[in-house]
Amino acid sequence: MSNSKLNLDVSKIARARELSKQIAAPVSEYIDKHTTVAIERTTLRMIGADGVDNEGVPVPNKIVDQLGKNISYGATKYYVNALLKKGLTPDELNKEIGNGLDITKLDFVDFSYIEEKSQELVEQFASRVKANVAYRNEKVNKYKEKQNSPLLYLIVATGNIYEDVKQAQAAAKQGADIIAVIRTTGQSLLDFVPFGPTTEGFGGTYATQENFKIMRKALDEVGEEIGKYIRLVNYCSGLCMPEIAVMGALERLDMMLNDSMYGILFRDINMYRTFVDQKFSRMINSFAGIVINSGEDNYLTTSDAYEKAYTVTASQFINERFAFDSGLPQRLMGLGHAFEMNPQIKNGFLFELAQAQMASEIFPEAPLKYMPPTKYMTGDIFKGVAMNTLFNFIAKATNQGILLLGMLTEAIHTPFMQDRYLGVDNAKYVLNNIADFANDIEFKKDGIMQTRAQEVLDQTIEFLEEINENDLFTAIENKKFAEVSRPKNGGKGLEGVAEKADDYYNPFYTYLEKELNIEKGGN
Amino acid sequence: MMIKPYGDTLNDGAIQMSFTLPVAHSAKADEAALLYIKKLGFKEVEIVHSHPLSDDFTFFVVYGKTDISLDYDKVEVEEVEKSMDYYEVNDYIKNNIGRKIVVVGACSGTDAHTVGIDAIMNMKGFDQHYGLERYPQIDAYNLGAQIPNEDLIKKAVELKADAILISQIVTQKEVHIQNLTDFIELLEAEGLRSKMVVIAGGPRIGNKLAVELGYDAGFGRGTYPENVASFIAEKLHERGIK
Repeated sequence: MSNSKLNLDVSKIARARELSKQIAAPVSEYIDKHTTVAIERTTLRMIGADGVDNEGVPVPNKIVDQLGKNISYGATKYYVNALLKKGLTPDELNKEIGNGLDITKLDFVDFSYIEEKSQELVEQFASRVKANVAYRNEKVNKYKEKQNSPLLYLIVATGNIYEDVKQAQAAAKQGADIIAVIRTTGQSLLDFVPFGPTTEGFGGTYATQENFKIMRKALDEVGEEIGKYIRLVNYCSGLCMPEIAVMGALERLDMMLNDSMYGILFRDINMYRTFVDQKFSRMINSFAGIVINSGEDNYLTTSDAYEKAYTVTASQFINERFAFDSGLPQRLMGLGHAFEMNPQIKNGFLFELAQAQMASEIFPEAPLKYMPPTKYMTGDIFKGVAMNTLFNFIAKATNQGILLLGMLTEAIHTPFMQDRYLGVDNAKYVLNNIADFANDIEFKKDGIMQTRAQEVLDQTIEFLEEINENDLFTAIENKKFAEVSRPKNGGKGLEGVAEKADDYYNPFYTYLEKELNIEKGGN
Repeated sequence: MMIKPYGDTLNDGAIQMSFTLPVAHSAKADEAALLYIKKLGFKEVEIVHSHPLSDDFTFFVVYGKTDISLDYDKVEVEEVEKSMDYYEVNDYIKNNIGRKIVVVGACSGTDAHTVGIDAIMNMKGFDQHYGLERYPQIDAYNLGAQIPNEDLIKKAVELKADAILISQIVTQKEVHIQNLTDFIELLEAEGLRSKMVVIAGGPRIGNKLAVELGYDAGFGRGTYPENVASFIAEKLHERGIK
């Protein structure tokens, strides 16, 4: 975006950023003092802990259970100690743990040996992820002419990973740039990640490392065939945020749904747990070059999209701040928003256009993720096509980065194969037909769109000031977001949070902090 | 009165269709689509559009005309009891009760499966149906799993609940019946039964069973949040609660 169409006051944008920084600071302070069972399991996976015992309990969960309160010291030294003490490889050790070995019962070797071995394991992990990043960059670069702008995003969700593969390959051939495999209902509330390939799910497919691998391979194959790099998305949310992140980093996923507050508000996961987990998950995503997608669209399915537009903008600022605090640059922030205003509103299109343009001007480098109409989609598929066309128009006219394609049969059934094709076809028509529209128009000074955007920005600042009066934890408790109250000590997963001991040891965390230039306590 | 679909002339029987066949796009595929629609009984079939979806699938838009007609006078409809939707429930509460209603829910007893109560109560809801937490006119408190009946009642009193939802997923050895019975007995012992709408839910719980056990209603498989919300709102109104 070369110059502003909306004539937004840059000092107000700076004010909103400053407020977000103040809001995030006490949260970051809390985050730095704590670890969680999910963070420790994630670290164990980085070292090489994997597999399940004969009852299907994942090895990382077994270890964390063995540690109990001792996760305050970090799981790394126990696992690395066991590797050294037993003289085993991670695979061999995993088997023994699966068979019942309790690694917390072993005597410790001298700490210098643990440090030395840990450094070697950190290097191994880092080089695998760096190779994935290099591979992706090479392919994206090689095939960049063929990718759409915005990138076209389609969802598959059969419950069976092998069936998902067929649908995903077909969707790629129809023109999708991005494939998301929706997760099975309720996975976000599991405090472990299932293991192996899966063929049964409800409304989606389990996120497992093996399923990631299967889909990655399928998309690479179809990508080579059509000369395009097809991006793969999954869901880094719920009680296993950082664990899913590390699996994605290892299996070269390209995007992750990864919001700083979604789990708290929409899944009733404890706020302390979520904030601590989201940081590590974002550090991993950043290191792996994975674009995060935040979930602001959810606010608009809860509240009125016209009245509460400012909550989206405010959440984008807060998500941006937490992402910066995790070392994630703006170019990896797929900040979310949605086309969800009531289609009966007079000039609704202008308000939607103003909102999308505003996001694009405030976050110029972010590949913004624009979500299609869902709330006001009915069984009238023809009206649905018309609404999706206006939505596509705004996505292109305001330079959105990621366009989640609307389905004409939204609210009726999971998409038929033809529905995806019709979605892609509609978007491609619009993208080509208004290719240079964004560069060719200006907005009328003090017209409807400029006025609307300026109003929403003012409301956003007011709202951020209100949150900042107390703190973010209290604001969430007091229903400031999504009109729902989440008590500080309520929700799922608080028992999995532990204060770090003075000699907490996590060389992977430390390595990422250094690689990503993260300062302690945020900023 | 005999009726048929109307295209541009009365009784022309014109219908538009679109569908996909699992074959590669080709002249043969077009002919197959045409024959298939004729086989369904359509006449004057026209394949107006066909397009490949992938190597093995083709999409068609087709028009055809049908001879089949229907006697409209013989059509009978069963009046189904329709539940209010999200918007209607909120308006109903606003207009008839005049304040927010408080709903407390939990998987009580030993049951650890929150999938049912979460589907009904959580913000996100389920299958595009918003959960009770999202209702502006409802203050919803989902206490989660393995809540002892005593605690659930204590919490309901503390929050001045208008309704309590109990979810029971595990039904092995009839454990749910025992727990649901215990709950009602406790509630009666405390003299609270008549003050609240009490609802049981779960995949193996029907309305009949729940009413037999002393509940106001039971909701089984396929229930959406608005079904539960409608019932509570109407029941409270019926009892004259403001």
